[in-house]
Amino acid sequence: MWSILSSSNFQWVLASTMILGIAAGMIGCLAYWKKQSLMSDALAHAALPGVIIAFLILGEKNLFLLIMGAAVSSLIGAFFIQWIQSATRITEDTAMGMVLSIFFGLGIMLLTIVNRSAGGNQSGLDSFIFGQAASMVKSDVITMLLLAVAVIVIVAIGFKEWKIYLFDPQFAKGLGLPIKGINIVYTLVLVTTIVVGIQAVGVILIAALLIIPSVSARYWTNSFLYMLILSALFGGVSGVLGTFISAVGNGWPTGPFIVIVAASFFILSLIFGKERGILVNRLAIIAHKRQLKSRKSSSSLKRSELI
Amino acid sequence: MTETVLKVNNLSASYRKNTVLHDVNFQINQGTLTGIVGPNGAGKSTLIKTLLQLHPTLTGTVDFFGLPFKAAQQVIGYVPQRGSVDWDFPTNALDVVLMGLYGRIGWLKLPNRSHKQMAMEKLEKMGMAAYADRQISQLSGGQQQRVFLARALVQDADFYFMDEPLAGVDAATERAIMAILKELKEQGKTVMVVHHDLQTVADYYDHVLFLNKTVVAHGDTTSIFTKENIARTYGGNMRWTLKEEESHVVHSQ
Repeated sequence: MWSILSSSNFQWVLASTMILGIAAGMIGCLAYWKKQSLMSDALAHAALPGVIIAFLILGEKNLFLLIMGAAVSSLIGAFFIQWIQSATRITEDTAMGMVLSIFFGLGIMLLTIVNRSAGGNQSGLDSFIFGQAASMVKSDVITMLLLAVAVIVIVAIGFKEWKIYLFDPQFAKGLGLPIKGINIVYTLVLVTTIVVGIQAVGVILIAALLIIPSVSARYWTNSFLYMLILSALFGGVSGVLGTFISAVGNGWPTGPFIVIVAASFFILSLIFGKERGILVNRLAIIAHKRQLKSRKSSSSLKRSELI
Repeated sequence: MTETVLKVNNLSASYRKNTVLHDVNFQINQGTLTGIVGPNGAGKSTLIKTLLQLHPTLTGTVDFFGLPFKAAQQVIGYVPQRGSVDWDFPTNALDVVLMGLYGRIGWLKLPNRSHKQMAMEKLEKMGMAAYADRQISQLSGGQQQRVFLARALVQDADFYFMDEPLAGVDAATERAIMAILKELKEQGKTVMVVHHDLQTVADYYDHVLFLNKTVVAHGDTTSIFTKENIARTYGGNMRWTLKEEESHVVHSQ
């Protein structure tokens, strides 16, 4: 076991899942306040057919090109969600549900065909469903690192713009902020984060890495900046711990472990969160009750003294 | 000083197939305080949003200070309806006011101490200095509205649009907001306000614009704010009764 952990390839993989977790945590925060948490899930599922089609065309597994395929397919999914909403009276959640299941179904169908027909070199495509970080080689890792770092930088330098875009887009537009342009950048960074993560976490579970850290962070802070930082932290640590645990077993998928770690952070936040954790709320109510009671008894004491 | 600052010509707008505004024509002079009144669904908010290009224009032209909207954008301030944002967003009152300065700070740059100072002054002006660090979800409706107004003030615009700033606020906040609007007017700024309460129109605004899908009447409050115009705008079910010292608008049975 320790031999795996100390191998340089594994350290690279750890670094990449950490950066992925950080990027996903940050983008997840944006999605959370854009009220589009489910959007990430739909776009992730929509990426699968792109991966398989890219593989069918190339006949080999080059992560960068598979990611490009995934991104194109994901963006088509995003376009469909937009288009269905504007052209019909179907609401956003229904449109997302449709795109999610249809694209994923198409992906699985193509995957079955590829598995039946081609030779042995397609093995490993399955890992795009649940994620297999250990199967990544150094070039994959570098691709992931670069893209994830780009996403983090875009969120960080436009911090103030993201904040007003999420809080009050109409006012932002009045100030001259190009809302349409930001919408495009938002979709691009969201899709990039998703497709970068699908080899490590898988199309089914990558959304969890976008959703859970930001929700957990919300329990600790009332500042957008700290929420972004905490969410990145939760995401990053989940990425590292999940990859670590999955590496202990032989051929264990990475995605589920990352998600389980993230979920543990959520449960801890739900209970102990400083701002809206259950425990803190309870204690505050109890303290308040006690205060009211003691005030009451002291005032009744005074009254009885008067009598 | 009767410079025309807004010219609206044959403006129309719609939601899907429903036309909400058609053939809207009016002009606004500098330094006026105009109340936009009309029944629910008359297109009051849509009018403002269409003027500010937050809602697509079907036909017509809009000139601000003789310029198209894009060129005049920097001197136009907008106070959206309070309910248009999620007040659970993790930020504090000062931070929201600072957003009014984002255009001036420059994109991708962070606010500095002097920007914070300016935002703080406007909060103080709205009587909200004590709440600068307060999480916005913990503010009352009236306080949230004051924060929105402080954000508009810090923009230092020449022309303000406000969408129901008095909706759901208490009397003290209403007085504070109206005092600010009067002050803006005295500074030569132009203000257009979507207003709901017919009883206060005559006290608050020097100009009134009756809207019901199109402009029913527009002009000086003293000459235009008449029961005929109210009846024409709201339809027959409104009766305007004038008593000796007070006036009431009631629904006729």
